[in-house]
Amino acid sequence: MVEVVKTLPRVTEEQKRLVALSGNEAQAEAMRQINPDVVAAYPITPQTEIVMQFAQFVADGKVDTEYIPVESEHSAMSACIGAAAAGARAMTATSSQGLALMWELLYIASGLRLPIVMAVVARSLSANLNIHCDHSDVMGARDSGWIQIFAEDPQEAYDSLIQAVVIAERARLPVMVITDGFIISHAVHPVTVYPDEAVREFIGEYEPEVSLLKVETPVTMGPVDLPDYYMEHKRQQTEAMKQAKQIILQVGEEFANFFGTKVYGFMELESMDDAEVAVISLGSSCGTVREVVRELRAQGLKVGAVKLRVFRPFPRDELVRVLAGVQAIGVLDRADSFSTMGGPLFTEVKSALYDVLVTQRHTTATQFIPLGGPKVVNYIYGLGGRDLTNEHVEEVFRELLDIAAGKPVEETWRYLGVRE
Amino acid sequence: MPSVKELAQKPLPLVSGHRACAGCPLPIAARWVMASSDKPVVACVATGCLEVTTTIFPYTTWNVPYIHVAFENAAAVASGVEAALRALKKRGRYDGDVNVIAFAGDGGTYDIGLQALSGALERGHKFVFVCLDNQAYMNTGIQRSGATPRYAHTTTSPAGDVLAGKPQGRKNIMEIVAAHGIPYAAQASPSHWKDFLLKAEKAFKANGPAFLNVLIACNLGWGFEPIETLEISRLAVETCFWPLYEIENGVYRITYKPRHKLPIEEFLKRQRRFAHLFRPENRHLIEAIQAEIDAQWEDLLRKEAMTAKKEEAKAAAPPS
Repeated sequence: MVEVVKTLPRVTEEQKRLVALSGNEAQAEAMRQINPDVVAAYPITPQTEIVMQFAQFVADGKVDTEYIPVESEHSAMSACIGAAAAGARAMTATSSQGLALMWELLYIASGLRLPIVMAVVARSLSANLNIHCDHSDVMGARDSGWIQIFAEDPQEAYDSLIQAVVIAERARLPVMVITDGFIISHAVHPVTVYPDEAVREFIGEYEPEVSLLKVETPVTMGPVDLPDYYMEHKRQQTEAMKQAKQIILQVGEEFANFFGTKVYGFMELESMDDAEVAVISLGSSCGTVREVVRELRAQGLKVGAVKLRVFRPFPRDELVRVLAGVQAIGVLDRADSFSTMGGPLFTEVKSALYDVLVTQRHTTATQFIPLGGPKVVNYIYGLGGRDLTNEHVEEVFRELLDIAAGKPVEETWRYLGVRE
Repeated sequence: MPSVKELAQKPLPLVSGHRACAGCPLPIAARWVMASSDKPVVACVATGCLEVTTTIFPYTTWNVPYIHVAFENAAAVASGVEAALRALKKRGRYDGDVNVIAFAGDGGTYDIGLQALSGALERGHKFVFVCLDNQAYMNTGIQRSGATPRYAHTTTSPAGDVLAGKPQGRKNIMEIVAAHGIPYAAQASPSHWKDFLLKAEKAFKANGPAFLNVLIACNLGWGFEPIETLEISRLAVETCFWPLYEIENGVYRITYKPRHKLPIEEFLKRQRRFAHLFRPENRHLIEAIQAEIDAQWEDLLRKEAMTAKKEEAKAAAPPS
């Protein structure tokens, strides 16, 4: 049970508006309603529209945010850090190379425990230059101490960005809300938009504990930290991330109560109750997977799907519980890690499941035979915006069913839709 | 401008106990800048000597709000603080007022910090950027920077059998900064305290971004005795190696003109970083440095005369 901190009277259906918005427009709209104190941003495809629309809101007086049109993403995150440290609610948005350019600052934002919220429109990384979707940029930031929330469609992007403000401020950690470039950012969906006042009431006013502007109680932020303290500070950061799990659930619950939406949590399940095989994925591909699950279920096949919404903190225990009894699991990764042992989601899932696998040393020193637990197979797909089709997903499920029926798995790591 | 007595009575923004080297003028410069502010200050400090010598957790020498983020972004961080200040004041959530200062070394200004500085100046944030220019990456062991003068020995531009230190000259950071059309930029030296304080005061009063380039004579990196810091700084000014001047709304003003401009040799010979120039085969390099300094000084005098004339013409023009 999640303990709800804040209870507000529910927004009525009449107060909501159903509008056609792309992922970028939905997030720009959320930012308009949030009306942050400071937005520092730099344009990059496919995130550009968010910055453009927000700049227009500023020009039209629809927000009274201090908007800093910086000269790079590096400065965007630096300015957000300065603003948040000075007690402002600060937001930005980026993609791909922009996120990569921010890399050193991502760690500083989380290390200073600043509740910055960022919309990340996921895109591949160079070389070669490609502007289309994959998760290479986001996965590069997975260990930077940011909470990472994936949205499947513009509605989730809109809802999650609003929730992110509250999550960040309660957890005192930065949050990125991730949408798939073009597939979500540029696709128009019906989006239910809540009244401005309701959104503002939900996020409340930001009251920072420490601020650079509190000159009577001067604080030193970002000091030199040597071996005698640094490790404790990092340990505290992990503790904050651990506690953020409860906060994410809490805010999801409060959001659902207030706006009358579904309850947002760590994951969403499709036909998992009696599933023999399952696919785990992130972002927009979850819709494709869900559709295939429904088709195959209609044929009587016991397949299921897990849509992972929260990648950081990683919901290990919850995921393991959901996968109990599943015999073969396919993990879809929209990023390669070049580790030659699979993509980043795969290694996380497999690692989470390790403790439920009963392993025994076989006769030779290098061979282990799993005696129980599911088989886990990785499928890397969709790099640089390549489509994931229903056929691809069906191919995955068919193979998983074969594996569940005893087909031996040799290499656990493979690609979908690539010419080899 | 406060009197010396008044200045001495102000609460120290940077208290004692810092770990700057003996003879280092960094704490002097930082204190003077902050003491010249008419409002409380927030210090945004780039990675460098000032940062590492003043904060080692759980200790801090800062008696004012301080933030260090990274090496190259002090100006961008200051932009964020300044924007937050404006936002919170506008929204009635903050009723105080502060001056935002960015402190960076020459690396964090001339080199890796140049982009963030340029962006912040172009956007016109109201803040004072102070470059504490010790002419190399001193914190990490005296590596060359874009501010290292020609023929100076550093650990990455060493003087050797065939090379006489850094082959390139210094960037003219004052011109680069002034080209952004900011209201105030000035060059100062701790050897001339009154001139320094007047400039810092003007910087805080500027209606927009202001820039101070402060000479930080580094006894370790330049090779002189800790007790000689202010003397070496004075020689930098008297030889016109480090002219004291300001650019106020495009008008150049040299704030100190040496009565008898000393030969550059007087400055060079006191520092080990130039010792190789005094070998017989390198004497011509000293002449080359002298010629370069003379040309730069002449250029500065010309700019002063030229912009003064423009100013007079503007003042004399009938109101339109």
